[in-house]
Amino acid sequence: MTSLIPSSSGLEDLPPGAEPGAVPAPASTRRTGWRAMLPSWTPKLAVGLGLVVAIALFGLIGPVLAGDPDTIRNISLTAPSGDHWLGTTQTGQDVLDQLTHATRGSLQIGLLVGVMATVLSAVFGVIGGYVGGIVDEAFSLFSNVMLVIPGLPLVIVISGFVPADQRGSWTIALVLAVTGWAASARVLRAQTLSVRNRDYVAAARVAGEKPWRVICVEIVPNLLPVLASQFVFAVIAAILSEAGLSFLGLGASNSSTLGTMLYFAQNGFALQREAWWWFVPPGLIIAVFGCGLALINLSLDEIINPRLRRPVRKRAARAASGSSRNSAVRSTAA
Amino acid sequence: MTTLEVRDLVKEFTLRSGLRRTRLRAVHRVDFTLVPGRTVALVGASGSGKSTVARMIARLEKPTSGTIAAVGPDGTRIKDRHYRDHVQMVFQDPFASLNPFHSIEHHLARPLVLHGRAKGREQVREQASQLLERVSLPVELMDRRPHELSGGQRQRVAIARALAPGARVIVADEPVSMLDVSSRLGVLSLLARLQREDDLAVLYITHDLATARHFSDSILVMNRGRIVERGPADDVILTPQHPYTQTLAAAAPNPELRGRLLSSEPEPQAASDRHHLTYDHEAGRWIDIDAATDSDAAVAG
Repeated sequence: MTSLIPSSSGLEDLPPGAEPGAVPAPASTRRTGWRAMLPSWTPKLAVGLGLVVAIALFGLIGPVLAGDPDTIRNISLTAPSGDHWLGTTQTGQDVLDQLTHATRGSLQIGLLVGVMATVLSAVFGVIGGYVGGIVDEAFSLFSNVMLVIPGLPLVIVISGFVPADQRGSWTIALVLAVTGWAASARVLRAQTLSVRNRDYVAAARVAGEKPWRVICVEIVPNLLPVLASQFVFAVIAAILSEAGLSFLGLGASNSSTLGTMLYFAQNGFALQREAWWWFVPPGLIIAVFGCGLALINLSLDEIINPRLRRPVRKRAARAASGSSRNSAVRSTAA
Repeated sequence: MTTLEVRDLVKEFTLRSGLRRTRLRAVHRVDFTLVPGRTVALVGASGSGKSTVARMIARLEKPTSGTIAAVGPDGTRIKDRHYRDHVQMVFQDPFASLNPFHSIEHHLARPLVLHGRAKGREQVREQASQLLERVSLPVELMDRRPHELSGGQRQRVAIARALAPGARVIVADEPVSMLDVSSRLGVLSLLARLQREDDLAVLYITHDLATARHFSDSILVMNRGRIVERGPADDVILTPQHPYTQTLAAAAPNPELRGRLLSSEPEPQAASDRHHLTYDHEAGRWIDIDAATDSDAAVAG
């Protein structure tokens, strides 16, 4: 049995620091601090950000530059021209002017709902998942109940009950947030249950971290991609359902959104009278904005998941090393 | 110097299947003492309750019964509030025990701050770099994140984190089983060196008899929640008494027997009546831990 340790005399020769194959990564590829929080620059992200920023700027600055969207002229349903870039409505209002205000309104509601729904789902999902036991049971039951309540009909009922003159964008946003958080709470709970059992959470507890700090500092950062995607989807869903509500005439009474534009276009028989400039622009803005957010969503995953980031690193490292074969290939390609 | 006394430790888990509940005893009346400057190896197969003991010592699980007490140099029991200043744990998997989101500095700075070892950004950074030096890592790794480090480097960071609160008792739960063979020795030598320097009490949990013998002073063999054999490292491995330890020792590949069929090993004579007993090499006899709390009720070996 003495042969269990073949060369015990050789063990001491190795200094504790000497560890073969433990070469630190080259410093040039490392990202520190807040830079590490940003996704790497990819075409997907660039396109997504470009679309979202363009539409956001359009909604922010547009209303300042545009004229009064409510001005009524005696030019009904004119096609796009030099005077009116996107034509006019049935009552002679400028479509472009309306579009700027409507975009601003929709973005406001989308942002409000996104923030509120994400906070709600994080509170119920993450806290329930981490604490476990009776709290988890209660929170799960509550979110399950919210989940099986059909969203749009409930929104219609609630919106129907609130008198039209009190139905501001805040009311609509609140209703949409309350009906929209449950699904992401379930996703976050599942993810929290998985993260909670990882060793680094146990290690933080052994180090003596308080429960709220374990949640906020150790768990939530690792849920960021999920949180971000839930937020982005909440924004898309909010803009869409708000448009749906307004289209049905149940939207916010005092604000104009892309949905109300479509509502008036529908009421003015824009489709039958082939006034495409009236309903295509608001529809297009909704679609393009959703597309941009989805593209951002895909890039967000790279913040946390190093596995998605590795190919870029490898390429950078290879380029930095500048091996002769690579440079030869590059020169022939150039 | 802190001593860790584990007395009569029992852990039961409740298993639910439908409405039926059964209780599984994962750890049964485990009893040992960790003394400064000495390493105790806890050896056993997967599922024998080794890690449960470690998690109870780290206060991640509550014992069903029994006590775990850290005793200070003056002989008084350390208060619960300060328990974690004295007792820390190194986890098995260095790829899972470091948060991928945070830098190495965060992992070292948090315990320093939490246990009041350093105040202010400058002091924390200085102490963290000292910790990195102690585990033979370059200070430049401070701003890296765990996925940029090798397994051995990560386990060194995990050891540095355990040392950060000024711990005197370290529980190492299979610290090298997830590492490359090439970096195992480095990490184990590091643990041995730190133990010499700081006079640490170490519980080294492993299933590798060879490293257990080399790096520890005494060995506890655990099987199905019980300690079945205990004693000085060489005695336990060279003259195993309990049938389980004998199979464990026989399972280790032996170069002198190269070429012979493993099945030709003589099956250790199973003393089935002794399965529930513990052989104590220091006392030189079998002990029945269920029979009585006193060690008088011993069966002659």
